[in-house]
Amino acid sequence: MDWLNIGSLALGELFSPFTATFILCALGLSVHFGYTGLLNFGQAAFAAVGAYGMAISVLTFGLPLGVGILMGLLASAIFAVILGIPTLRLRADYLAIVTIAASEVFRYFMTTIGFAKVTGGSNGLSQFGDDFWAANPFPEGTYGFGPFIYRADELWIRVVAFALIALGAVFVWLLMRSPWGRVLKGIREDEDAVRSLGKNVFAYKLQALIIGGALAALGGMVFVINLSNVQPQSWGTTFTFMIWTVLLLGGAATILGPIVGGMVFFVLLSVTQGIMSGLVDIGALPFLTLPQVGQIRFLLIGLALMLLVIFRPQGIFGNKKELQFNG
Amino acid sequence: MANEISIGPAAPGCKKHDPILVADNVMRQFGGLTAVNVEHVEIPRGQITALIGPNGAGKTTFFNLLTGFDKPNTGSWTFEGKNLAGVPSYKVARLGMIRTFQLTKALSLLTVIENMRLGAQKQPGENFLRSLIRPLWAKHEAAITVKADDLLKRFKLDAKREDYAAALSGGQRKLLEMARALMSEPKLVMLDEPMAGVNPALTQSLLDHIKDLKKNGTTVLFVEHDMHMVRHISDWVIVMAEGKVVAEGPPAQVMKDPAVIDAYLGAHADTDLGTVAINVPGKAGN
Repeated sequence: MDWLNIGSLALGELFSPFTATFILCALGLSVHFGYTGLLNFGQAAFAAVGAYGMAISVLTFGLPLGVGILMGLLASAIFAVILGIPTLRLRADYLAIVTIAASEVFRYFMTTIGFAKVTGGSNGLSQFGDDFWAANPFPEGTYGFGPFIYRADELWIRVVAFALIALGAVFVWLLMRSPWGRVLKGIREDEDAVRSLGKNVFAYKLQALIIGGALAALGGMVFVINLSNVQPQSWGTTFTFMIWTVLLLGGAATILGPIVGGMVFFVLLSVTQGIMSGLVDIGALPFLTLPQVGQIRFLLIGLALMLLVIFRPQGIFGNKKELQFNG
Repeated sequence: MANEISIGPAAPGCKKHDPILVADNVMRQFGGLTAVNVEHVEIPRGQITALIGPNGAGKTTFFNLLTGFDKPNTGSWTFEGKNLAGVPSYKVARLGMIRTFQLTKALSLLTVIENMRLGAQKQPGENFLRSLIRPLWAKHEAAITVKADDLLKRFKLDAKREDYAAALSGGQRKLLEMARALMSEPKLVMLDEPMAGVNPALTQSLLDHIKDLKKNGTTVLFVEHDMHMVRHISDWVIVMAEGKVVAEGPPAQVMKDPAVIDAYLGAHADTDLGTVAINVPGKAGN
């Protein structure tokens, strides 16, 4: 087994745009679940709505990418309002059911042939990110050291993605230290009590849903710009559950949790992939084939998520006293 | 019998000299069951009014209706002359009518001081955009904190300031909930069973706090089963049974009322009212 290669591949995941995508989505989910207690199981849909909103604005309406990004954010906000108005008045578990269903509905809607002219159907859309790559300020060449060597465009997307994460984290931190954040935490604990103190609980929950959804939309945009295409298959429930794993690994009601959780998660994923492929290669796992290794990894994710919830519900950074599972 | 609070003799639905809350024809049905059916009731301003009645009399449902936590089938009610029917609960609270809950709703995973700060109203930092810029709310926050610390001291919770509310005892949580309700300086405080589950050692201090409220000009309406408390601190007693107001009047008079003895006490009619609830085993403290 090539340990050096496994290690370098794994470290490469630390700053990959893929990792950044899940960090942004988990940061949004932290606003939803960690701070407000909203059980959102459709975070993938918020990311997808943002990504499609941006891509369709650019391709169908010929808008510049900058405007497309704003349209993507707007689309995710509208999606939050559509989901929120009927469900936020109900108990938390209804939101979970509705969000998971809505995210599947949106995915199938994007796959439908009938709208393929706009949505690209199951083939998806591409060629919407040209403005992004054209705006790359880094001259051609390679940058970095050790496992962190990137071409100019690879560096560009990483810089942008992690700048977004930094901005998002500061934004959430500013919100959560404020009296506004205190109301959200109050709602997480008992919304009737907060209501009895004169706060418009519904408005706060809707605001939280929109803000967390916007962060996920940004994550979705990073995801599709990096891949240079957007496809409906990407946004399945697996996407959502990976976001949950990242969030719970790091700690739900924390700012650093989603960031470190995302990094640890994708490094571990890469390490297990590397080691298991290596073991298959040398014939130590005769019952497995290489393609199966990719599948087994997700089995392990599920197991890890269960163990996490049982043995360390507060995650890496969480305060056990402050946040246990009571969403 | 004449008294200072009502116009004319005390009777169910009688008019008061200065009512703060007036309810008319408030009815709430759950399926075939009529939980509340109050024709007319007035709550006197600046007094401590007790709402008593047997289990299932509709006291808590009536509370929920008045504060917008539940919607009646029919009826209207006004608070300081403002119509409150159909007004959502948070707006009711903003008008100065703050309630507490029978099952205490301390925000467990917020600290005691954060619980208190949340009770304050008109904090500009609770607006989403303004919350991002600290100077816009820091001053107000400091003022709120001073007030919160003051209340915590009064309620003897100042030692617990930084503890999570989850770490408090049941009685302390009741105190916290009451102190939190006072953060917004309400005109009417509605306490739903303030004594339920409170350690007897804390009972006296709770009673004193309620009397202090009256001294500061706050109107108090409370639901209670503890006759000792009702008799000692209330100025006026309203008795509900099967959803209706069956008697009203000053405590001494109401407790002699045959309708009350009948509806409320039933088999315990001969027991000394002052000691009933407090001596029932298992009543005091969880």
